[in-house]
Amino acid sequence: MAAPAASLAALGPVLIANRGEIACRIAATCRRLGIPTVAVYSDADATALHVAAADDAERIGPAPPRESYLSIPAILDAARHAGARSVHPGYGFLSENADFAAACAAAGLVFIGPPAEAIRAMGGKAAARAVARGAGVPSVPGYDGENQSDAVLLAAAESVGFPVMIKAVAGGGGRGMRRVPDAAAFPAALEGARREAAAFGDTRVLVEKLVQRARHIEVQVFADRHGNVVHLGERDCTLQRRNQKLVEESPAPGMDAALREELGRRATALASAVGYVGAGTLEFVADADAPLAADRIWFIEMNTRLQVEHPVTEMVTGLDLVEWQLRVAAGEPLPLRQEQIRLDGHAVEARLCAEDPARGFLPSPGRLAALHLPEGLEGVRVDTGVRAGDLVTPFYDPLLAKVIAHAPTREAALDRLAEALRRCAAEGIRINAAFLAAALDSAEMRSGEVDTGFLERARTRLLLARAA
Amino acid sequence: MSEVKVVSEIAASVWKIQANPGDRVEEGDVILILESMKMEIPVTAPQAGTVQAILVREGETVEEDQHVATLAG
Repeated sequence: MAAPAASLAALGPVLIANRGEIACRIAATCRRLGIPTVAVYSDADATALHVAAADDAERIGPAPPRESYLSIPAILDAARHAGARSVHPGYGFLSENADFAAACAAAGLVFIGPPAEAIRAMGGKAAARAVARGAGVPSVPGYDGENQSDAVLLAAAESVGFPVMIKAVAGGGGRGMRRVPDAAAFPAALEGARREAAAFGDTRVLVEKLVQRARHIEVQVFADRHGNVVHLGERDCTLQRRNQKLVEESPAPGMDAALREELGRRATALASAVGYVGAGTLEFVADADAPLAADRIWFIEMNTRLQVEHPVTEMVTGLDLVEWQLRVAAGEPLPLRQEQIRLDGHAVEARLCAEDPARGFLPSPGRLAALHLPEGLEGVRVDTGVRAGDLVTPFYDPLLAKVIAHAPTREAALDRLAEALRRCAAEGIRINAAFLAAALDSAEMRSGEVDTGFLERARTRLLLARAA
Repeated sequence: MSEVKVVSEIAASVWKIQANPGDRVEEGDVILILESMKMEIPVTAPQAGTVQAILVREGETVEEDQHVATLAG
């Protein structure tokens, strides 16, 4: 690993190995701290907002991500050419690629993220469960052993009790996953999961008890190079569609101080167990059929990077998490101790995407002829990666901007965000703003009685509500 | 026998071609899979027929409403 830079200034120029809103957001903090930045761009992004947000910019290749934002050699070449001294990976793309973290260090660049070994230790689903076992943190009841015989896996399923999930150890994005209602359906589901798992180059599977109605709760942690680890409270990311989060909030409805402390203890124990450094998130699944309780919430996996939804934590803590990442990367101790971290009020974020709810949420690329975002409203923050006139291409994910509202209470924050979303408008492409506003106004969301399947089940009603 | 145009419903890149000229397809069979904004979007046969031509290649980008394949129905 490269030696830590001696000071914040020594990180500059920071090469931002990303695009869109997160590249703009990282550049903004660097600018405030007086650290120069270098953007990278593919041919599809030559005139993109994130290029204008940085001090310098380097072309890294053609539009397809494999040939640009996912190309380690292209990004290292750009860093060398621009004289960058550190690399911020953002989220997605190469942010959780241990080889990239190692390649940056080998090239003498400070990687603004965890050590490659920590990324690897949390890399697979079975590996993360093993780390949790070692740290005494409960995972969803299940089996992740090396014996992969049909009989052993079926026995494991019967021992945790049906229904269960079969998951490919190396899988992701919902592939290699099967819900299994009973023992009779197990053999066919196992065969299907293994067949999809083969695409990840690893046919191993694990068996977990299915949490039928689930809430998604995650804990933000931060660690420095001096052995300090803190948590910054939780986020509730239960409103999802096709495993993609759409609305995130902090605090989680129904969370009390004692349970937050317990989850914080679990999260910091897991981070310590892998020698974590920087910003990380521990994801948990909670049973939505019962009130939040320590024995109904289980660890699922760690995201070894900054999250899309980090602004809700920033708004309730008053902290700038990118600044913390930079300070940690520069070798400074964490700016605050656990007892100095205060949570104030309630924050909610919605992801504004280029998609058409009325056409089954089909992606909606095209020329963004006009764009109105609710900037300047009290308690509302907008993180955008686009502006009017931009071409929104099919090559990258549909996230255009994030709208985040903060208020003293949950009710007021939801009102504020719904109002802000109703003021969003785009011409030339379709956006999901009205659908999100309807979801925020739904009785289920207001009472906090939602689970991860809610948006899919309520979809038609929410589409009609927005037309009313 | 009529000629049926198969079009792309959105701007995308062609991820996988699943049918070849000469193949017999039923209504709803996947002819090719597009990728747009990290989502896979299948292009299916609007009716049963025989694939006459595939007009795009894997990796190529297509526009909304672009004619991507022809069926003889």
